[in-house]
Amino acid sequence: MGSPRSGCYSAIMETRAIHALNRFGFGRAAGQPLPADPAGWLTLQLTGRDNAPTALQPDPTSAAAALALFEQDRIDPPPPGQPRRAAALFRAETGALLLNALTTEAGFRERLVWFWANHFTISTRRGMVAPLAGSFVRDAIRPHVTGRFGDMLLAVMRHPAMLVYLDNAGSAGPNSPAGLRRNRGLNENLARECLELHTVTPAAGYTQADVTEFARILTGWSTEAREVPLGYRFRANLHEPGEKRVLGRSFAEGEQGGVEALTWLGDHPMTHRALAQKLTRHFIADTPAPNAVRAIEGALRDTRGNLAAAARALVALPAAWTPLQKVRSPMDLTFAAFRAGLPPATLPAATDGPLPGVLNNLGQPLFNAIQPSGWPDAAADWAGPEAMMRRIDWAYAFANRPELPDPLAFAETALGPLLPERTLTDMRQAGSRREAITLLLASPEFQRR
Amino acid sequence: MHAHMTRRTALLGLASAISVGRTSLAMAAAPTDRRFVVIILRGALDGLSALVPYGDPALTGLRGALVPPLPGREGGMGDLGGFFGLHPALPGLYALYREGQVLPIHAVAGPVRTRSHFEAQDLMESGAEQRMSSGWLNRAVQTMPPRPGAGVPLSIGVALPLLMRGPAAVGAYAPPSFGQPQADLYAKLVAMHQADPITGPALRQGLAERGFTTAQLAGFTPEPGQRNSFPTLAGTAGRLMAAPDGPRVAAMELGGWDTHTGQAQRLTGQLKQLDDGIVALKAGLGAAWANTVVMVMTEFGRTVHVNGTGGTDHGTGAAAFLAGGAVSGGHVIATWPGLSPTQLLERRDLQPTIDLRSVAKGVLAGHFGLAPAALNQAFPNSQGAPPLLGLVRAA
Repeated sequence: MGSPRSGCYSAIMETRAIHALNRFGFGRAAGQPLPADPAGWLTLQLTGRDNAPTALQPDPTSAAAALALFEQDRIDPPPPGQPRRAAALFRAETGALLLNALTTEAGFRERLVWFWANHFTISTRRGMVAPLAGSFVRDAIRPHVTGRFGDMLLAVMRHPAMLVYLDNAGSAGPNSPAGLRRNRGLNENLARECLELHTVTPAAGYTQADVTEFARILTGWSTEAREVPLGYRFRANLHEPGEKRVLGRSFAEGEQGGVEALTWLGDHPMTHRALAQKLTRHFIADTPAPNAVRAIEGALRDTRGNLAAAARALVALPAAWTPLQKVRSPMDLTFAAFRAGLPPATLPAATDGPLPGVLNNLGQPLFNAIQPSGWPDAAADWAGPEAMMRRIDWAYAFANRPELPDPLAFAETALGPLLPERTLTDMRQAGSRREAITLLLASPEFQRR
Repeated sequence: MHAHMTRRTALLGLASAISVGRTSLAMAAAPTDRRFVVIILRGALDGLSALVPYGDPALTGLRGALVPPLPGREGGMGDLGGFFGLHPALPGLYALYREGQVLPIHAVAGPVRTRSHFEAQDLMESGAEQRMSSGWLNRAVQTMPPRPGAGVPLSIGVALPLLMRGPAAVGAYAPPSFGQPQADLYAKLVAMHQADPITGPALRQGLAERGFTTAQLAGFTPEPGQRNSFPTLAGTAGRLMAAPDGPRVAAMELGGWDTHTGQAQRLTGQLKQLDDGIVALKAGLGAAWANTVVMVMTEFGRTVHVNGTGGTDHGTGAAAFLAGGAVSGGHVIATWPGLSPTQLLERRDLQPTIDLRSVAKGVLAGHFGLAPAALNQAFPNSQGAPPLLGLVRAA
């Protein structure tokens, strides 16, 4: 079976290693060694640069370049039958992102990237977002995953993908030059979702007046999509003059007032609480114990929002090393199967089309969450009757791929000691290789992380 | 009941699989031949555009370009009795209205004021003043005596909305996307998941539903590219519900209503989908349409003022619609609050005057005969929102 188990590696440590790979990462890749010190292996991923080769090397497409492609599509549409430049870029960028998730050795760090990209959901339901998605993750999320939350918040709120998706690019102060001259006005979408979803949440007790004031603060935070230089642009002629008050605090007129407001919100105690709740729910359990949430909240508070500290605190929770109970989302499920089952050489082809298609069919299309709250994170959201049937049908389709390893070796890679004798017996007694692999991928154990 | 399940699952050759753990499954089903479909419009439909109070003197000044042409003009709205008009992209609903089968309701909202989509949707689906882990439709079904021969409530789509979650078993349908394994492999998996509290029940229910829908939809091929469109799904739901052993209760959802920008154009496309969907649902239901109520609801309305980008922001008072052969329609229900600045909620939103729970309770009472205790189980602490009377035709 090619098992890497050795005599001196205790069963307990092996279980902890598999927990670390599945709970904190995207599962174990074929041939990936089990870490001797699982907790240390996880925290080591939080130091140093993120060397993920997720860009289209050697020339990553900036937000400005993506906007230029979108504009080129508009003035010079490709001939019928040829994809738009923006669509081709989206496909290449998502392919690269998927490929990295399937091949990375630093699964924890990469899962954090996906977690924060979902926290700050953008969606191609707004067309201009598609070519920007790659830059959004690369430029606004990835650099800050082990840094300060406030820095990530600021980068996100200045990224054209977010400004377009949540409609802030055209929002005008009623008393701004543009508002007075052309009768333009506020759009409060981004301001509301930033308070509700990205930072303090309704538990902070903000009112409609706070939302409106914050929307006024953010007027002018816009995107230039046609005239160079393309990209984020603070447009003073859209900005509402005067001081504004949010949650009892004053912020000055101008772009700097917005920076101060976001900095303050990003480090607000209610933001720490909300992020702690969300991180713990994602990594530990649908309903995490209050003391676990408090531990993460404390780490964020003590470090003024350092996300590496929060991630280390997650690893240090005793609950992080109890049996896996989170039901995998479709992304988690397919990533784990692709990682453990497919030879690396086949992965580029698998991520360019087939995997995105599978994610569509399992109800989690890439960068296409239904609402700005992003993908949900509880068993009830993913394990309904039709969803379970689709998982089985997908497993059966996937199990037919000729590149897959021997079923028991596949099982050993993916779950090792977590797989109960019952499932192994069913697999051994299966009528075919395909059936055995279907049983593995559709087993209760493989649905968990 | 048991005989029915056996016949149904035998369609997939799965009788043996389903006997495992089957007895514990509560097969809640509606007690009559009456059908009830709830359509959730996620993102907040602009009620003032769908159900236009064109008789309110303040409307044009507030809304300008977002008001469709008056009734009788080219591309104008359908007149609903001299004060309200139906958006021109809803011709199917308008035709049904004229037959007395559509009942529009205006200035509706739940009991809690929030302009958060997510909170408002959760509360709307919970049917309560706080988020619950189950939905009012599930709890309502749970209070109905089981009816032998009828299927469990059906959720259309891959995900299960909160509205449908809860103690009563529910099925789900979505068009197949993958090839399917032989029945005995499903049987092994049912056994493997039997003890799992989450995946076990879901798998058993999914399998039962798959057997039913596969049989019912044999030979039915939607147009290419339309398989997952809302009208196709609605038509499919209608076919499944028309079957004698089909579900009596179903829920569907349609997103894309959050029109912060470019509302006039976006809304026309959205409303057309909804209209086509209800027409397709009626066609799928066939004769059963006569016993059907469709309830269309959204989490809140949108601002009365147009915002700075040709759209509207999150508001309060919304519109709801009932449609179906069992609906006592052909008129509008509204206690119109008015649109002048002092009549608005916080000077920005349509003031709600009807509790959405009263609408739902009125349907459950009139259509299924739910008693006050059952209505309170579905909508806890809702004594302040008594059921609206006269929504449904007497049987």
